[in-house]
Amino acid sequence: MKPKVLLSDKKINIILNRLCYQLIERHGDFSNAVLVGLQPRGTLLLDRLVELLIKSGIDQPKIGKLDTTFFRDDFRRSERPLNANATVMNQSVEGKDVVLIDDVLFTGRSIRSALTAIDTYGRPKSIELLVLVDRRFSRHLPIQPDYLGAQIDALQGDKVKVVWSEKETENTVYLEKHLE
Amino acid sequence: MKALSVSHLLGIKYLQEEDLHLIFETAKHFKEVINRPIKKVPSLRDITIANLFFENSTRTKLSFELAEKRLSADVLNFSANQSSVKKGETLVDTVNNILAMKVDMVVIRHPHPGAAHFLSKRVDSCIINAGDGTHEHPSQALLDAFSLQEKFGNLSGKRIAIVGDILHSRVALSNIYALKMLNAEVQVCAPKSLLPKHIESLGIKVSTDFSQTLKWCDAVNMLRVQNERMDLNYFPSTREYSQNFGLTSERIKPLRKEIVILHPGPINRGVEISSEVADSDHAIILDQVENGVAIRMAIIYLLASKLNIPIA
Repeated sequence: MKPKVLLSDKKINIILNRLCYQLIERHGDFSNAVLVGLQPRGTLLLDRLVELLIKSGIDQPKIGKLDTTFFRDDFRRSERPLNANATVMNQSVEGKDVVLIDDVLFTGRSIRSALTAIDTYGRPKSIELLVLVDRRFSRHLPIQPDYLGAQIDALQGDKVKVVWSEKETENTVYLEKHLE
Repeated sequence: MKALSVSHLLGIKYLQEEDLHLIFETAKHFKEVINRPIKKVPSLRDITIANLFFENSTRTKLSFELAEKRLSADVLNFSANQSSVKKGETLVDTVNNILAMKVDMVVIRHPHPGAAHFLSKRVDSCIINAGDGTHEHPSQALLDAFSLQEKFGNLSGKRIAIVGDILHSRVALSNIYALKMLNAEVQVCAPKSLLPKHIESLGIKVSTDFSQTLKWCDAVNMLRVQNERMDLNYFPSTREYSQNFGLTSERIKPLRKEIVILHPGPINRGVEISSEVADSDHAIILDQVENGVAIRMAIIYLLASKLNIPIA
């Protein structure tokens, strides 16, 4: 079955611009902010946002890429082992305003592990959450985004995929139906 | 998503090349973890690990213990010289008694070759060999190869020499297996009396001429002379050994090339390696120690993910 397109490229670009302005509205010149993309897919969204922020005149926002594998709560609970991705955090987050960035918010468990993982780099002043897509009614934990691209409804077994294209014109978010 | 092909770490011999790459890849991530302000992850908070050391050890024991603690495992330490082993208890009984206290993994060092293997067949637990007599010391070989790979990028075609007491060395055998698996060229170099018979059957070069070996190699792993395992005199005097097989800057300088220097420790300064060389920029001895914790975290993490024990 052909996957259903939830967000077209045009829509995604509008959303990215809005998220970028919301971040600027809240964090001003970003002197105390650290944008942290979650590995593996949140870092791709981070890269897009950073590009837009720089275009909007924010000079080199502080960023990090955080892998939460070793902090996940499903170690030894999934069929396949958990393999990690690289973490790149070149600064302490002590006293900083951290924005965690991920593409899809589903059960909230990755975000919970990210909240624990980010603490290993210091005690942030505040932590916010930015997501491109929020899958409604699927949360296992009391976690909600502070900056939200779009809310969508999908059944439990369905997959929501964000595809970032090399070209700026072909980004899509689509839904893969779970086949019985 | 990859997993190890084994459920115990008994020796490098039993691993595949992919296992080595998976361990190195995981260790790289753990090395980043142990350089954070908070050097600890919660992965193994429901796992208990016993460190059973039937033979003296300082750095391996500390390194394993630290790796376990960094992974949030509960740790139990056992030393044979203060235990019921002295009262005549067998190895299997000792281990089963410890396992009865709900221990999930066992790290064992033992003076007898094959002890870890023996145990893995007889007790229901995950066994990690931290050195069994003169047989294997897999975690040391992994951290040596990992440190070399950090330095060289890829070990394929690199020339690695292992010099010193090959006869009594478990580090040498494990290193040979690991380096061969990673397609490095290996040469061992020692006085004839410290070379095991038929060592060339492992597919390595053998030399008794240290100068020739140094000319040939890109990196050299200097082993300690293990006086405690020697029941005979294998060479006339320490002074003579040191003159023929000791690594000094006088030996290295004329070669006009950079040789990476490893040593598994403990160092006998002035015997197999001079202080000047051991403290030089080419020596990666302290990197090896740092990498040791990361490698052991990776080994324990990957083996623990295969543990077949009930969850909460």
